[in-house]
Amino acid sequence: MTELFNSISTPVLILAVLALAVLGYLTIRARAIASGGGDARVLHSLPSYYGYNAAMFIAVPALLVLALWLLIQPMLVQNAVIDTLPAESIAEGASVNLLMSDVRRVADGLETLVAQGVMTTRETLTLDTKTTDLRAVLADVGVAVGAQIEAPVLAAAQKYRNLSTTADAWRTAIVLVLALGGFALAFRMTAPSFRARNAVEAGIKAVLIIAASLAILTTVGIVLSMLFESINFFRLHDWRDFFLGSSWAPNFRGDSNLSILPLLWGTLYISFIALLVAVPIGLFAAIYLSEYAGPKVRAVAKPLLEILAGIPTIVYGLFALLTVGPFLVSVFGRGDNGMLGVDWMSGATSVLTAGLVMGIMLIPFVSSLSDDIINAVPQSMRDGSFGLGATHSETVRQVILPAALPGIVGAILLAASRAIGETMIVVLGAGAIARISGNPFEAMTTITTRIVSQLTGDTDFASPETLVAFALGLTLFVLTLGLNVLALYIVRKYREQYE
Amino acid sequence: MKDNTNAENAVSTNTVKIAARDVQVYYGDNHAIKDVNVDIEDKTVTAFIGPSGCGKSTFLRCINRMNDTIDVCRVQGDIRIDGEDIYDRAVDPVQLRAKVGMVFQKPNPFPKSIYDNVAYGPRIHGLARNKAELDEIVESALRRGAIWNEVKDRLNAPGTGLSGGQQQRLCIARAVATEPEVLLMDEPCSALDPIATAQVEELIDELRQNYSVVIVTHSMQQAARVSQKTAFFHLGNLVEFGETDKIFTAPEDERTESYITGRIG
Repeated sequence: MTELFNSISTPVLILAVLALAVLGYLTIRARAIASGGGDARVLHSLPSYYGYNAAMFIAVPALLVLALWLLIQPMLVQNAVIDTLPAESIAEGASVNLLMSDVRRVADGLETLVAQGVMTTRETLTLDTKTTDLRAVLADVGVAVGAQIEAPVLAAAQKYRNLSTTADAWRTAIVLVLALGGFALAFRMTAPSFRARNAVEAGIKAVLIIAASLAILTTVGIVLSMLFESINFFRLHDWRDFFLGSSWAPNFRGDSNLSILPLLWGTLYISFIALLVAVPIGLFAAIYLSEYAGPKVRAVAKPLLEILAGIPTIVYGLFALLTVGPFLVSVFGRGDNGMLGVDWMSGATSVLTAGLVMGIMLIPFVSSLSDDIINAVPQSMRDGSFGLGATHSETVRQVILPAALPGIVGAILLAASRAIGETMIVVLGAGAIARISGNPFEAMTTITTRIVSQLTGDTDFASPETLVAFALGLTLFVLTLGLNVLALYIVRKYREQYE
Repeated sequence: MKDNTNAENAVSTNTVKIAARDVQVYYGDNHAIKDVNVDIEDKTVTAFIGPSGCGKSTFLRCINRMNDTIDVCRVQGDIRIDGEDIYDRAVDPVQLRAKVGMVFQKPNPFPKSIYDNVAYGPRIHGLARNKAELDEIVESALRRGAIWNEVKDRLNAPGTGLSGGQQQRLCIARAVATEPEVLLMDEPCSALDPIATAQVEELIDELRQNYSVVIVTHSMQQAARVSQKTAFFHLGNLVEFGETDKIFTAPEDERTESYITGRIG
């Protein structure tokens, strides 16, 4: 029996369930028509609803169980196998995970041996490392194993394979039983009085709810994973140094200064310069497009402006590094050879470089949102102002902008949270020196760039130097989340001012 | 229906305030107003009546050049206020609109305080030399808008928080505050309940002391109640123009008669 179920692979199983669902659809639909005596009008619902309901009963529970089982089974099997591994084989310096990957590899090899007919299942269970050179045997069928296979590993692999095979068989059996059970249930329920239409409606609602909760659960998952790693970090590092210290100097020999303040300063400084660029330009562009531009200009200019939003940020980063930075150096640096004859700026990477380019990136955010908001101000406001003899710019300044202000503030806050979370532009444009300084021509670094640098390369997830990235990420997340919530609150509070 | 006979006698002595000659209006290819000739008198309420889409609002908006803000709209012909051609190149439409105030169909107070709503016009035109003068202008405008008693204790409250009828009277006060010579009203009561309508109508009758008022209305009873002169528009033509009493009791054109008796429209 186990052999029979094991001969069904997962894709085949899924296809079988789906085929059963199609069959169920057709059968139950026909049965529904028959139960109404051939007259579909006496049925509560259209015949196809009975069919859909049957397909739903067959496929949904079966596939749901299959998916969950596929997720959970490896964990359970692995836990069961780890317990059987003797402690001394782990103590050789390698971690449990490395050993387990060996076990899985050998188990896969045994599976291949059986599949290719080199051995039977019974033979794999009686293998002995002393009598068989398993490594050579596995190499013959194309499975490469790193080292000589130890007896405990083989035993674990045998157990692993054994457990997996049994679980696989149970899985296939249960999934098929569920599908057939669904079929039977749908078959019994099919009667003219059964409200198949409402049942399908409930099914569709469930699908929509699942989609919505997946999005929310993912967010929760992200926050939780960050939170747990951050807690690990704060176990290894004093939180007072992280939040209140003034120096960022990671040191892989340990005893690092890991304080967020210099990074936070760099982040906020660069974001501030970016907003200084983006808010006036974006707002004025929005006012021009929504108030002054004719339909033809608008039809061309608005998509062109929004192209800016479609440029990948790494391209902006290159622009900062190769064009804006050197240009700024030639203006503010190089002493007597520079345009201004001053020597304020030595390298292309600086707060100003990153801020300017990030500002350009943010222009479409500000302008597009503000444009929508200005357009939402009712025409009657403009008429009222024009009717009193106001000019266009007086109308914009004194009536339209005050009316649109909450929305514009919301747009600016959203842009600010983009700026704070922006990575590639600052990686390339801002430099890598953590410091608190007011000079915009100096290189500085931000939270995001430090997260990148702490997590790239060889990382050891037990040291505070790596784990600090999660604490930084969480702080960043809280910061942008706060800004977004504030922005949404402001926008929502004032949105209903005009019907 | 009509009780202000004294005012009627005064009408004949009034001078012509607005003179329109051969006015044509086009919306793109659509000929919306055809050959309209009309003389609107000073210190008189003139009502424009007619079925929807007959061009009465369009013609009203020609008088303060509000149609300039619509791209596809073209106006031909001659409209003179006090003998001055308002479509002359030398005339600034912005200045014109300060002289020809307008009240719209839907109350449209700005999202500002009641005080700032009324002070908006005087401020942009520099009518007050100091705060005290501005206060005076605002108060007298609100009094003339017959809303002073209701709002004098909450001048700093937002204008959008008033009831519909109060909002419309606030808008009238706002229009009056810039000292216009002509007041155009585009169906000012269509969004109001009967009580608010009665208040606004009473106000219109008082405004006649100082201004030439032109009102577009769908309600013939309203036209009969508030106006001394009535113009009937139909399909872009000015069909008949004359004393309100005469239009409603002995119309010359059979289209007018059909409309006021309810056979067309």
